[in-house]
Amino acid sequence: MVRDTLTGSRIRERRVMAGLRQAELAREVGISASYLNLIEHNRRRIGGKLLVDIAQVLGVEASLLSEGAEAAVIATLREAAADSGSEAQELDRIDEFAGRFPGWAALIAEQHRKLGSLERTAATLTDRLTHDPHLATSMHEMLTMVTAIRSTAGILAETKEIEPEWRNRFHRNLNEDSRRLAESSQRLVAYLDGAGDAGANLTLPLEEVEAMMTAHKFRFDALEGAGDEDLRAFLREQKELTSRAARDLAETALRQLRADARILPLDEMRATAADGQVDPIAVARAFRAGLPAVLRRLAVLSDEILPQPLGLVMCDASGTLMLRKPIEGFPLPRFSAACPKWPLFQALSRPLRPLRQRVTVTGRDARQFDCYAVTEPVGTLEMNVDPLYHSYMLIVPVDGSQGEGREVGSTCRVCPSQNCEGRREPSLLTTGI
Amino acid sequence: MGKSVLLIEDEPNIIEAISFILSRDGWTVATHSNGHDAVGVVESTLPDLIILDVMLPGKSGYEILREIRELHETQGIPVLMLTARGQVKDREMAERAGASRFMTKPFSNAEVLEAVRELVVR
Repeated sequence: MVRDTLTGSRIRERRVMAGLRQAELAREVGISASYLNLIEHNRRRIGGKLLVDIAQVLGVEASLLSEGAEAAVIATLREAAADSGSEAQELDRIDEFAGRFPGWAALIAEQHRKLGSLERTAATLTDRLTHDPHLATSMHEMLTMVTAIRSTAGILAETKEIEPEWRNRFHRNLNEDSRRLAESSQRLVAYLDGAGDAGANLTLPLEEVEAMMTAHKFRFDALEGAGDEDLRAFLREQKELTSRAARDLAETALRQLRADARILPLDEMRATAADGQVDPIAVARAFRAGLPAVLRRLAVLSDEILPQPLGLVMCDASGTLMLRKPIEGFPLPRFSAACPKWPLFQALSRPLRPLRQRVTVTGRDARQFDCYAVTEPVGTLEMNVDPLYHSYMLIVPVDGSQGEGREVGSTCRVCPSQNCEGRREPSLLTTGI
Repeated sequence: MGKSVLLIEDEPNIIEAISFILSRDGWTVATHSNGHDAVGVVESTLPDLIILDVMLPGKSGYEILREIRELHETQGIPVLMLTARGQVKDREMAERAGASRFMTKPFSNAEVLEAVRELVVR
């Protein structure tokens, strides 16, 4: 394969190195994730402005993506020298240095790129911490209403001659929007008060476990062969786990992930997903594994072995979410109960009978996902004792819009769906009021 | 008949207000309120200007704009993007997607009119 046909592979490599999801990079440069996927698999040629935009988001020179390493190493060395602010480097001898010591040159360039990547990660995490997605959605709706009010009021105030029919219509719109705005404002205040209270409970054991899992991106490869004592030693070192209860919960979760990894080894899973797609049922058959283990393992490994990450949620029979691996476009509620229409909850009523369902998430993006859900009993079965159950749901993004999917939301408070029989409380969003 | 504007926006009262303002100013206004088939509507109507909301049901304004810029017949149509987010990052995304102008909600009627008049020479 000639050099420039590997541009897509280099983009993929750099994206993974930068810790970006395919969907995130695609959004940043204004293309669809499926188009980026084709580019990354070298099925679409790329150049010009789009290549420059992608390089900019990835923090690399476009030449690194189009030409490969040598030219880019020299360019990155120059960048590193410039960023250091020091004038001690022999800039006129960069070419000679890269030629005589290619290994050291590549190492310095790589360290410089990693530094940039870490800075971007820090900025992204700071951004996530300071932006509540529910709040952002709610504020967007309110701004839209304010715009309608401002525009309508402007027409009434500034138009000298306006037909009575139009005037009456704009008065009616104004009245309607003002009422919606007032109601939404009150609910937003209530939400913010509630969020403040919830913030005080951030140290719930389950949330500590989730924070620890997220910090490790749900991957604990080094523990796959570890014994129980090593596992407990690892958990004692985790700063997110501040309580004994949290450490006990984490130990149970990691034991399960460890068992999953032994049944479904990384290399074999990678081979199974070589074409970028996996069928959980086929994987379960091929590995003689239980479907819950397959769903967990696919979610955990998806960031590495599949073109796009997959999400996962787990709940007990009370419907309480006990594990969340978030996925873009399918918001998982943090403090309130989830949408009762999720296949996760349907599976609870039919243990051991897996279901697959296409869903469309309510809201303006209306993203579609295939959800694989299954419920299994917990612990050993005993005579005349009803078992307890855990339900799992793997969330797989669907490219584009492909037919109808059952409409599901995140949680009632931020769901715009109207006439939903499952609604428990009014929505903050105007369209749901 | 005045120059044509296609308004792609899903908030009914904003649609009504902007349509009224532009019609009074002599523009022929058509409206569309979802992202799914917005590109098809652009292709079939070939307006002189598009006013495009970013947050639309079905498909985002950025995706729609990118597709418009890739089609030979529509790539030259000026596009005024409307968004509720005014951060530098959002503005840059709009520019990268090919927006001719970016306007943050809430905007005034005068601002909309001024932008439309500047983007299309009558």
